[in-house]
Parts: sequence; C-alpha cells; structure tokens
Amino acid sequence: MDVMHQFELYQPSSISDAQAILRDNRDAWIIAGGKDSLDWFKTRVMQPPAVVDISGIEELHGIREADDGGLWIGAMTTLTEIAEDAMVNEKFPMLAKSALVVASPQIRNIATIGGNVAQDTRCSYYRDGFPCYRAHGNTCYANTPTAMNREHALFEVSRCVAITPSDTAPALQALEAVFEVQRGNRTLEVPAADFFIGPAIDITRMTMLERGDILLGIKVPGKWAGSRQYYEKVAERQSWDFALGSIAMAAQMDGNTIADISIVCGAVQCTPRRLRDVESLVQGETVDEELEELVKRVAARGAQPLNYNHFKIPLMENLAMRAIRSLA
Amino acid sequence: MDGIAPYDPTTQYTSEPAIKEIGPEGHDIPLWKPVNMSRRAFLRGVVCSGTVIAGSAFLFSTATKARADERAVERMIRLTVNGRTHTVDVAPNETLAHTIRYRLGLTGTKIGCNHTECGACTVMAEGTTIYSCSTLTHRVRDKEITTVEGIAAPDGTLHPVQQAFIEELAPQCGFCTPGQVVSAVALLQKNPKPTVDEARLAMSGNLCRCGAYDHYLRGVMKAAERV
Ligand code: FES
Ligand code: FES
Repeated sequence: MDVMHQFELYQPSSISDAQAILRDNRDAWIIAGGKDSLDWFKTRVMQPPAVVDISGIEELHGIREADDGGLWIGAMTTLTEIAEDAMVNEKFPMLAKSALVVASPQIRNIATIGGNVAQDTRCSYYRDGFPCYRAHGNTCYANTPTAMNREHALFEVSRCVAITPSDTAPALQALEAVFEVQRGNRTLEVPAADFFIGPAIDITRMTMLERGDILLGIKVPGKWAGSRQYYEKVAERQSWDFALGSIAMAAQMDGNTIADISIVCGAVQCTPRRLRDVESLVQGETVDEELEELVKRVAARGAQPLNYNHFKIPLMENLAMRAIRSLA
Repeated sequence: MDGIAPYDPTTQYTSEPAIKEIGPEGHDIPLWKPVNMSRRAFLRGVVCSGTVIAGSAFLFSTATKARADERAVERMIRLTVNGRTHTVDVAPNETLAHTIRYRLGLTGTKIGCNHTECGACTVMAEGTTIYSCSTLTHRVRDKEITTVEGIAAPDGTLHPVQQAFIEELAPQCGFCTPGQVVSAVALLQKNPKPTVDEARLAMSGNLCRCGAYDHYLRGVMKAAERV
C-alpha cells in the first residue's frame, strides 16, 4: 500500500506564521484539502521534506458579501460550502454548479476552492513521474504518434500539451474573478486571466503562484451577479472524473438580445479558454437557430487536435452552442 | 504387497495424526485444538498488543530511509472516535484510515484504493463524510470522528440504514458496505427525506465493484421512510 514519505508537518494558525515557516523551509509544500497533494506523496513522485497545512488559518475561510454586490470567498472554503451557500447560489449559480460537479461528495467536503484552482494538471505521463518538460525534462511523452492523449489540449500548446483540470476555474474566469495572493508583505490582486498561466509563460506550473506565495481568497466582482448563467461539464463518469470539456457562461440580457457576455471553456488548453470569437459574434444578437449554427462554427476555431482528442472539437462546439441556446 | 500399497484415505483414515508427536521428555503432546476465537477477535488482539511495533513498522518500513528520522516523530494526540476519546501516537504522514484501523483496531473502515477513488474508507468528521485514507490524522484531530462501528445503537440495534441494506440485499462481497453505510447515515442526518436524485448524489462517492448500486439506493430510500 502506498505509504507516504516522511515529512515534517506544520499547522500554522496565522498567515504570518505560515509565511515564516515557508521562509525557513524553501522546499515546503502547502496543502489545502490535501486531496491532490497526498496523491503526489503516495505515488512518491513528490517528496517534500516539509508540509504546511494552512487549513487552520481562520482568515482563509468563509464567504462574505462585498460592497460591489459581489462576493469574497476564502481560499480554504470547501467546495461543498460553496455549492450549498445561499449567496453563491443566488448571485453566481454557475459557480455553485461548478463546485458541485467536482469529484465526489467526500472530496468536496474537504477539498477547497484554493486547492481546486491551484491543483496540478492530470496528464498521466507527468503524474506517473515521466521526466517530461513540465518535470524539467526535455520531451513531451503525451505528444508522440503512439501516446494516449485523449484528455490533452487543443489550443496554445507550447511543448507541453497538458490541460487545466479545475472545474471551478472556467467559472471564476467567466465571472472575471480576482485572486488575492499574499507575496511577502504585499497582497497582490491578480485577475483570473493572469492567474492561470500556460506553458509558454512557465512550463512547470499552472498558476502564477510562486514558492512562498499564499492564495488568500477570491473576489468575484458584482458585475455578473444575478446575470443569466450556464455551466456544463462533460466527463466520462458523472462522479470523480475530471472534465473532458466544460463551459461556463454569464450573460447580461437586454430583452431578447445579448447585451454583454463572457464565455469560457475548460479542459481544452493549459488555462481556461475564453471564447472571444463567440463573444463578439453573439453580442447584440438574439438567439435563434442561425446564431446557434454560427456559434458552433466559430467556437473551436484554431483547434489543433492531437492523435486521439479530435472528439473534443465537436464537444466544445456543442457545449458553446448549448450555453448560447440557454439564453433563448 | 504388504505395506506398500498407496495410502487410501477412505479406509485408512484415523482422526489421530498419522505420526504421534512425542514431547521432549517423551510425553505425548496434547493434540492441537482450535481456539474458539473469531478471526476478527484474533486480529484485534494482535493489533492491540502490537500497536506500537506493528503500527510503526508498517508506516516506516518502506519509507525513504531506514534510520530514525526526526521528521517521523510521532506526536501524542487525543482523538475522539465514536464518542470515545483515545490518546494515541500519530506520525505526521499518517492517514486517518491508518490510525483508526491499525492504532485503534477499528477495522470496520476499509482501505480499498488508498487514493480517494473508491469510498471504502468513508468516515464522518463532525457529520460530514470524508475519505479517511487521504486525510492526515493531525488535520482532523479536533473533530468528532464516526466510523461504521459507531453507527448501530450501543445495545447492538442496527441503524435503519443498516437494517434496510440487509433487507434490500445491498452488500454482495460487502467490502464497500461500511463506506456506503456511513455515507447513507450522513445523508439522512442532514436530509431525512431525500429524493432519489439527492440520495444518488450523496452516494456517488462510494464505488461498489459488485455493482449493487440500485440495492444500496433502494436501501437508502427504505431507511429514509423509517428514520
Ligand atoms: S480507500 Fe479511501 S477512497 Fe478508496
Ligand atoms: S458489495 Fe462488493 S463492492 Fe460493493
């Protein structure tokens, strides 16, 4: 049975304590819910000498209403809390939905939103400890003629073809969320579009978080509160599984016409993918069959499929179309 | 012919051992008799008497280095399981499933995959279900833990969920059953009258390799009528 390596466990109760521990232990690993981290340890692919459990820090918990009508969600808030929260359901139902479709109930009960957005990719080659680009090696095992790459990327490939595994990330990006990151004495406010980074920027990580950084919380601005929203995830199994494709949409309607829209697709590239072509196409239009057809045509434009993931193109087109159709 | 025919168990069988064992002083050694002890009681006895050695050896034998490592220092904590507070030494890298099975001897909680992928290890921490195989014990040391052993009434009366599972023939091999019981009980505590879809969602974190999902689901709905 997979027993974890030995490590020192720290359980700080304040952010400054956590920072001090992270300063003293350069190789420390932060765990939130620990659902992803413990897997890394059990497979022995990652063996950090020190582990910092930040779930005991009170300030990182909770959901609060913000002045602009939006919400602030603490990074250590569990996915179940988000999925069941009355305010989230009222203002941002698609965020609640995206939290509800993650993994399984027992995982959602302890997994946090911070951990969900900061988790590493699921590329099985990388996870199995292959020395690929992402693991500081010099090849990609998922992009060879015989590689199994059903789950991998359609867009923005730069050596690495891994995709974002997070279900909440597309929803947060569609809602234009801002991530609060503690770096040293400064608190950075990072828009979702900059928080998630692709391999062209840094091939070894999925977010802008650096060693020693702590994600404090996520601000979801009031802009899309109460708007028309849509979220759908497609996975092979309805529980546990990671997405093969997902869509998150928020739209402001003016009668029957779409006044403003934000639509983001998950699991097709290393970061959530904003579908700008679809946005500009449908802006100011009313939804009818013709528009749905056009949306289908532009949604996956520019996709460069690998050997086994062509199916993601029609999947993506249909997801975008269904999101737009929900506005009819 | 005499004495060299093959041994025929149908005619030559005796209940005595073929060769009589003789003790060191030439006395007969009394025949071995099975002790009337269930496998479970036997295991528990071993687990309890060998807690420190067995527990630690299991944890550290395959660990990085064989030397005593200051990182592996066990700390004594208090852990409340099924209403009883235990004082127990827990290593930093120890999971809750490990602690409750191998240190406390509560082997009702099963370890199936050890990777948050099956639900056999489901326990409740303050009423919410978690996978104990992938939760550090230190993480939940302040929480009230309930395992499948804490579900039935103290006098042994089964919980309606357990009773309904039996009536619906839910367990096949039974390995997933402790987890299924805990998930179902946690659901009914929160939501005593769930719809079928709510029940399905609540049970969706418990894999059953025997595929008895519908039986479990019927069991949950039957139990919901009785709680
Ligand atoms: S043993 Fe914990 S989920 Fe399988
Ligand atoms: S009864 Fe055998 S695994 Fe569920």
